[in-house]
Amino acid sequence: MVEWTDFERATIQDIFSKMDYEVVGPAALSRCLIVYPWTQRYFGNFGNLYNAAAIMGNPMVAKHGTTILNSLERGVKNMDNIKETYAELSKLHSEKLRVDPDNFKLLSDCLTIVVAAQLGKAFTGEVQAAFQKFMAVVVSSLGRQYY
Amino acid sequence: MSLTDKDKAAVRAMWGKISKSADAIGADALGRMLVVYPQTKTYFSHWSDLSPNSAPVKNHGKNVMSGVALAVSKIDDLTSGLMALSEQHAFQLRVDPANFKILSHCILVVIASMFPKDFTPEAHVSMDKFFCGLSLALAEKYR
Repeated sequence: MVEWTDFERATIQDIFSKMDYEVVGPAALSRCLIVYPWTQRYFGNFGNLYNAAAIMGNPMVAKHGTTILNSLERGVKNMDNIKETYAELSKLHSEKLRVDPDNFKLLSDCLTIVVAAQLGKAFTGEVQAAFQKFMAVVVSSLGRQYY
Repeated sequence: MSLTDKDKAAVRAMWGKISKSADAIGADALGRMLVVYPQTKTYFSHWSDLSPNSAPVKNHGKNVMSGVALAVSKIDDLTSGLMALSEQHAFQLRVDPANFKILSHCILVVIASMFPKDFTPEAHVSMDKFFCGLSLALAEKYR
């Protein structure tokens, strides 16, 4: 089981409680689709992803970005049980969506960048370490049901 | 994934905006790398103080960023431009090249935190490609 320090728990709760999911979610997903364009392979039915402007203005991207953040919140609310929290989603991503699990890390890196841009100086090394540890646990849980 | 003319222009433009803060960026990036990725501390056991903002960290952050500045100036041929640095990293420092990705990520995080409006997704993709190219050139002489 993952051991969380008090600082890590407080930091994760703090970051997510202050976050506007409808801003951060779309920003992180669209950044991922722009910075790592091969990730677009999973969104063939999302319509216009032809350039950065189209991606950033795409309502389906925005909606899905928000969905992802809402899902991350479940992990935030169940930090001692993240593996179980994402068991279903892991199955979904592997068996139905067939997403290469490497992509989870790419999206996670983009989310880190978006959070860093939002928090500025407050995104210290210690805060980054806690955030990346949380994301690493989520990413690992999402990759568990692949075989 | 080589750098297009658009990428090079984006990197030069970004560098123009951030170069004045290069020392601060380097110190922050290196300092947080040592905190976020503790395994990287193994390369600096000879330093008296590994905490962020310590003298050795600040000084070395400066060194790293002058390497980045060199890379920007040699962006049309990173391999030959960074040859000497590659030899140094390969034969003397022997830093595992996996760490180049780690430090690149930390540098991008710092740029995002210090220049949120300028570090757009378009700027991000070009900078990410640039650091990939830089890391590749740095690893050129390893084997």
